[in-house]
Amino acid sequence: MTTTEAKIHKVAHHFESARQEESACKLGMWLFLCTEILMFGGLFVGYVIYKRMYPAIFLQGATFLDWKLGALNTVVLLVSSLTMALSIYYIQKGKNNKAILCLCLTLLCGFIFMGVKYLEYSHKLHLGLAPGALFSYTETPTLEGLPLYFSFYYCMTGLHGLHVLVGMLLIFWMIILAGKKQFNTSYYTPLECVGLFWHLVDLIWIYLFPLLYLVE
Amino acid sequence: MSEGKNYLNEKKGLSSWLFTLDHKRIGILYMITVFTFFLLGGVFALLMRLELFKPGENLISAALYNQFMTFHGAIMVFMVIIPGIPAFLGNFFLPLQIGAKDVAFPRINLLSWYCLIVGAAVALCSLFFNGVDTGWTFYTPYSIRTDNGTLWVVLGAFIMGFSSILTGLNFIVTVHKLRAKGMGFFQMPLFVWSLYSTAIIQVLATPVLAITLLLLSAERLMGIGIFDPKLGGDPVLFQHFFWFYSHPAVYIMILPAMGIISELITTFSRKTIFGYKAIAFSSVGIAAVSFFVWGHHMFVSGQSEWVGILFSFITMLVGVPTAIKVFNWVATMYKGSIKFDAPMLYANGFLFLFVIGGVTGIMLATLAFDVHVHDTYFVVAHFHYVMVGGTLMAITGGLYYWLPKMFGRMYNEFWARISFAFIFIGFNVTFFPQFILGFMGMPRRYHDYTPVYEPLNQLSTAGSWMIGVGFVIVFFVVLQALLKGEKANSNPWGAVTLEWQTDSPPPHENFHEAPMITKGPYDYN
Amino acid sequence: MFSLLINSASAAKWLPAPATKLAEEVDQLIYFLVEISVLSSLLVIGGFVYFSIRFRRKSEKDKPPAITHNYLLEFLWSFIPFLIFMFVFGWGWLLYDKMRDHPKEALEIHVYGQMWNWDFVYKNGKKSSGILTVPVNKPVKLIMSSRDVIHSFFIPSFRIKQDVLPGSYTALSFTASKKGKFPVFCTELCGAGHSSMLATVHVMELEEWEKWLAKNPYKGMSLAQIGGSVFQKSCTACHTVTTEKRIGPGLAGLFGTKREFEKGEAKVADENYIRESILNPSTRIVKGYGNLMTPFAGLLTEEEMTGLVEYIKSLNSSP
Repeated sequence: MTTTEAKIHKVAHHFESARQEESACKLGMWLFLCTEILMFGGLFVGYVIYKRMYPAIFLQGATFLDWKLGALNTVVLLVSSLTMALSIYYIQKGKNNKAILCLCLTLLCGFIFMGVKYLEYSHKLHLGLAPGALFSYTETPTLEGLPLYFSFYYCMTGLHGLHVLVGMLLIFWMIILAGKKQFNTSYYTPLECVGLFWHLVDLIWIYLFPLLYLVE
Repeated sequence: MSEGKNYLNEKKGLSSWLFTLDHKRIGILYMITVFTFFLLGGVFALLMRLELFKPGENLISAALYNQFMTFHGAIMVFMVIIPGIPAFLGNFFLPLQIGAKDVAFPRINLLSWYCLIVGAAVALCSLFFNGVDTGWTFYTPYSIRTDNGTLWVVLGAFIMGFSSILTGLNFIVTVHKLRAKGMGFFQMPLFVWSLYSTAIIQVLATPVLAITLLLLSAERLMGIGIFDPKLGGDPVLFQHFFWFYSHPAVYIMILPAMGIISELITTFSRKTIFGYKAIAFSSVGIAAVSFFVWGHHMFVSGQSEWVGILFSFITMLVGVPTAIKVFNWVATMYKGSIKFDAPMLYANGFLFLFVIGGVTGIMLATLAFDVHVHDTYFVVAHFHYVMVGGTLMAITGGLYYWLPKMFGRMYNEFWARISFAFIFIGFNVTFFPQFILGFMGMPRRYHDYTPVYEPLNQLSTAGSWMIGVGFVIVFFVVLQALLKGEKANSNPWGAVTLEWQTDSPPPHENFHEAPMITKGPYDYN
Repeated sequence: MFSLLINSASAAKWLPAPATKLAEEVDQLIYFLVEISVLSSLLVIGGFVYFSIRFRRKSEKDKPPAITHNYLLEFLWSFIPFLIFMFVFGWGWLLYDKMRDHPKEALEIHVYGQMWNWDFVYKNGKKSSGILTVPVNKPVKLIMSSRDVIHSFFIPSFRIKQDVLPGSYTALSFTASKKGKFPVFCTELCGAGHSSMLATVHVMELEEWEKWLAKNPYKGMSLAQIGGSVFQKSCTACHTVTTEKRIGPGLAGLFGTKREFEKGEAKVADENYIRESILNPSTRIVKGYGNLMTPFAGLLTEEEMTGLVEYIKSLNSSP
């Protein structure tokens, strides 16, 4: 299929060149990632403070989590980051179909991650392991402050899960754009930005996993 | 001046405004928004002062007073002063001053305006749920306990935070990537430098507010307990999180005002700025240090003594770049050719009030002094001297200064000067007595007070009417200029920055041909 | 120099008379800060006002010189303020450190803040509300906590202030050097009754204080009088003894009337109802009022509780 006029990306009127536009978009994306890191940073700081205040409840809390499921999700996200990077690589090489395949795989990983997350959440909520005031678990004796651990667990993984969902929507959008042959070897800025976002989401999970599942 | 197409008459109709991607039109949208909210916040302020005219309950109950106080604070902070300069004047003039056709991301620019509108609407929804009475600071655990619409304001502020983040992000990229040919960082006007420093704060501090407000919402919705002592949480942690944003936010409010003053003083002294680099770097310096001073809001909160000492020390350090700016402005006037048009009057008013706001800031940073006046009217007076005496004076001065450029029409000089007289005198009558009330020990956020405080409170209330009259005059001066103002030429003040080298009002893409920069920003020779 | 004198004199006039040695020292710092601030403000303001007049535009052809910088000047006006800032920082630190010094031999009193009054509990178990009684010239340490939200304990005459937190203790120390009564304010927004959350520090001679401490406050009082004294200390922020409505209802004539509740039911205000609405006010909320009152369960002795019921009943008979 030959590329027609309509499919070539037009540089916005206020930019002088495609290069200027691309570098502007990338800088903007990096700044946005900074804001994301600072936002999660607030939660991490809160975690560190409370972990120091009440180390015992974090130790006990982690025993309620299944580290195998957490590890599975870690692997799934790592694989998805690889496929994400590969999709950009294939676009750069002009192999549109392979890029779409990689994006679909990334999306699939996202679904697996959220599926596992759903299993974990529903199991815990069923037991009554809910955050803060909603905590109602009574099967075994627990420490008094344990609900606080689950507050952190749900806030951190919940906000992260929300980001995974947003990332999945963006990847879906990228699949549509790639399907319409919007990207070529010289223009793939949106894909690159979505890639950066997805890698960040992945990176945050890499920190969440040991902090919540592997407490010592 | 060339007749013909400009950004105002290029397209017609409401939708051409609501879906515009032109940074100038978005700036005007912000202007209308900020004006409206300022009016609303101002009415709350006047009603509060009226209630405080006499001790006891006169006009409104204590519960209602706390709501008025909260709405006044939240509206003025989140909907007026934070978007005031960057999103309104900054949006309009940042691209013009660096010779760009637009900001880097026009769609995101429009989105940020919608964030402000939606956030404000959500916040005002609280009015239908018993209002809010926590103060704009939402301190826990009161904000968790109180039985009303706090959640709405918290969510509204969260959404408005995105408006601020997106504007900041846009500005940083615009400054880095879209400067005209030949314009290095040190050829940028100082208003751009100040907006750039502000943008850094907006991008780095606002996300922390976002997470804080999210946690507070979760606290109210599900009782997660992180800030609730009943569940083992720490209410003071909320204050740390909150001020980690809200102290830098104070500089979001004042830094761009300082930028405007740099512009006004050079233009009306017709003389290059004294110590350009010192002013530019002091903006960035203030922005950087501002992240490490939040604890000075918490000297009596129960944080450890050493933390208090450290924060007091760093706060003193912020005083240095601030002092540098003030001295540089005064030095710029030395041997200048000074003309007192209304914008310059406002710039001088700013200097006068800001110096008082500044020295009282240093007083407050002094630990033992702060302990006595902390959370008293001294603090109220101090931050109004900086926020109103500083920022609002600068916005109004900037508005008069750039009005001919924005709309191609001149305002009425006589009435503009009268407005200054009312605002300046009224302001001092309102807020100077509050310093003394603070010394006397009158706590802030009080609906009722003991009779010893009565005379000064009455003076203060009388002053508030003068400020009210002053701003009503400003409103009519602007309206008159828009409807019947004399046509302005492209450079009525003889200024040298880039925005004055294009038509008034500017065409859609700002310049007819891309400008080339060959000299410094304030070269009058 | 003249204006400086006037100024420090006026600061002294406005500050409440210091009632501790430390407050006098803090005042020295306050005077100094006011003086140096006025001086530096006058310098800058005078400077630009003078320039404004001296260098006003004489003709449109004025050609001002291009003065871009002067490193010596710039260094001086950065460094001199820095020195001043460091000086006041050090001074402030020194006094702050003294404020935070809690002497070991200090007399300890527990302070409880709640919406919207202050309770004081002494070592011998004696309680008082609204009035903190301390001996003169003896170090006192207040160990403070809150029963609900954050409050702040501020004694203007002593120049000290400290937030009072729920869930942990904070402390405040002072040695009163003057006898008399000094007002206490709450300085952290805590709801509708914030500005009525007042108390008094009553400083007296040691012997007098010891007598006061040993005395049963209700000795020789009738039940209604006991109730009246509890009312004066704990209830006036929200309730009046007339029919005037404040945050809560006015109490005159309330006993024996029919009360209609938010949930739709109604009940005649008898002894049991009064008792319930003081100890657990959230059980039944009267129409038109919020759920704002602090539950007094556990805070009143049986004698005080009964006293309050009798006091409220007595408000019906007196016109």
